[in-house]
Amino acid sequence: MVQRTPILDFFTHLILAVGVVVVFFPIYVTFIGSTQTAQEISSSNPISLLPGSNIVESYRFALFGGKTEAGATVAPALPMMGISLASALIIAIGKIAISLLSAFAIVYFRFPAKTLIFWMVFVTLMLPVEVRIVPTYQVISDLKMLNTMSGLTVPLIASATATFLFRQFFLTVPDELVEAARMDGAGPMRFFKDVLLPLSKTSMAALFVIQFIYGWNQYLWPLLVTTEESMYPIVMGIKRLIFGEVYIEWNVVMATAILAMLPPAIVVILMQKWFVKGLVDTEK
Amino acid sequence: MASIQLKDVVKKYGKGKHELQVIHGVSAGIADREFVVIVGPSGCGKSTLLRMVAGLEEISAGEIWIGDRVVNRLEPAERDIAMVFQNYALYPHMSVFDNMAYGLKIKKVPIDEIKARVDKAAGILELGPFLDRKPRQLSGGQRQRVAMGRAIVRQPQVFLFDEPLSNLDAKLRAQTRIEIQKLHRELGITSLFVTHDQVEAMTLAQRMIVMNAGVMEQFGTPEEVYHRPASTFVASFIGSPPMNLLSHAPGSRPGTVMGIRPEHLDVAADGWALQVETTELLGAERLIYGRLGAEQVIVRSEENLAIPEPGSTIHVRPREDRIHWFDGASRKRMP
Repeated sequence: MVQRTPILDFFTHLILAVGVVVVFFPIYVTFIGSTQTAQEISSSNPISLLPGSNIVESYRFALFGGKTEAGATVAPALPMMGISLASALIIAIGKIAISLLSAFAIVYFRFPAKTLIFWMVFVTLMLPVEVRIVPTYQVISDLKMLNTMSGLTVPLIASATATFLFRQFFLTVPDELVEAARMDGAGPMRFFKDVLLPLSKTSMAALFVIQFIYGWNQYLWPLLVTTEESMYPIVMGIKRLIFGEVYIEWNVVMATAILAMLPPAIVVILMQKWFVKGLVDTEK
Repeated sequence: MASIQLKDVVKKYGKGKHELQVIHGVSAGIADREFVVIVGPSGCGKSTLLRMVAGLEEISAGEIWIGDRVVNRLEPAERDIAMVFQNYALYPHMSVFDNMAYGLKIKKVPIDEIKARVDKAAGILELGPFLDRKPRQLSGGQRQRVAMGRAIVRQPQVFLFDEPLSNLDAKLRAQTRIEIQKLHRELGITSLFVTHDQVEAMTLAQRMIVMNAGVMEQFGTPEEVYHRPASTFVASFIGSPPMNLLSHAPGSRPGTVMGIRPEHLDVAADGWALQVETTELLGAERLIYGRLGAEQVIVRSEENLAIPEPGSTIHVRPREDRIHWFDGASRKRMP
């Protein structure tokens, strides 16, 4: 039993407040920056904390691009957001689909070399993208998949973590349920579709959020695989706005950063409703 | 129509020197419309036997016939059977109606027919108001009725019950037992019921298979099993308190075991001299625990007779026509 006293309550809230400030402050500064003009940002010292009046201009430039007064060309963020959205969705949905089927095979079937395959999948957990990036690039290049949506997404779709998550979940499904389904005449795929999938909804929602954000935040792989501006995701777009000694339009940079943060935030907020619903719904 | 034949059914696990045989050649014939209970202690193989009839376990040797077909190689869904599980095994995300309809949906039975069958089963089991609910919104007894409803709508040739009452409390168990009897009277479907509870066996069975360590010790009516047990195992398993089995009873030949039930020992002026250890009052009767030499003897006496003091000696006489004799080595009933 954790005792609740007014002092403890105060301290708890204080710590939470500090945490919120630490996490939220940079975002706040970014947002403020996006509402001002580039001159205001570079000339104000320390960083201003009050909103400016340039918000429409900043976001217009960020979204649609154009030439600024200082002569820099800004690439439009909107198409880049589209690329990010498409690749994040493909990666998230692809990962879930593949790992559901892999976990299903591992848990419910006997087949030759099953242990070997299981351990091979496990071993890939120790190989993050960065480690295998050069050979993967070679393969994608040989397959002529550079600068394509499939080149951006396919190497990132297999996921050992998701397979394990689903495997652990499937192991909690009672054997009697499988037997009852066999009695009813349901074959394996029927059982998968009618019984396992509905029961996995909460896990799928949780994984979707994690994998969507993972896919959205991909930087190194898209950097290698794309050379045409039309295929750049938005995280690359932000970096490309900061190019060395030339006069940097910080307000546009800030605006692009805010735009890049919005979709994952929306996904998390939407999915949270699903989570809670799924948790409340758990059966005995 | 739907008799069940077990012919030398054997079950083995593992291979080579790790092979373990758990069912040793069981043969039995269950007639159409008969309600047979398979009873025995934990680990005796009764559930394994049932699951072999169901098709959930492979048959290592022997044949199982349902009706006029050998079903060894048939999938459970092809055997025209339905099973009620100990933990109900209801689909948690489907409503009661969908749970009962699932098997029929897979068989592509027309919707009107499905609805008719489900409604009829719901009527028999009084599940009408619950058809739209999910299993988590039902009590244990209601869930078990849904599990039975799911079995009924399939209109199978055989019902299989795997310890369905074990998860219910005592009062519910008694109620559900009566419902199962009612169901069997109304529908008359051949049934195989597995339990470890000998009371359930005695009350539900038309005939019962008593199993011990993978061997069928006796297959008979409750009456036969109680009054003419085929072995000391059956004698001590069925009946509570258990039958007294004495190797050194007065008047017995060496190498034999005498069996006498507690209710067939009368307290008398003469007879066996019993040293009383303790007594238990059960309300309508009294149990006297005593010692005859080195062996314990339990006597059931009327509750209004004098209470024997622990340490005192009483005399009991066995009823001659109720004495059972078993061979000391084989533990089987002597003819």
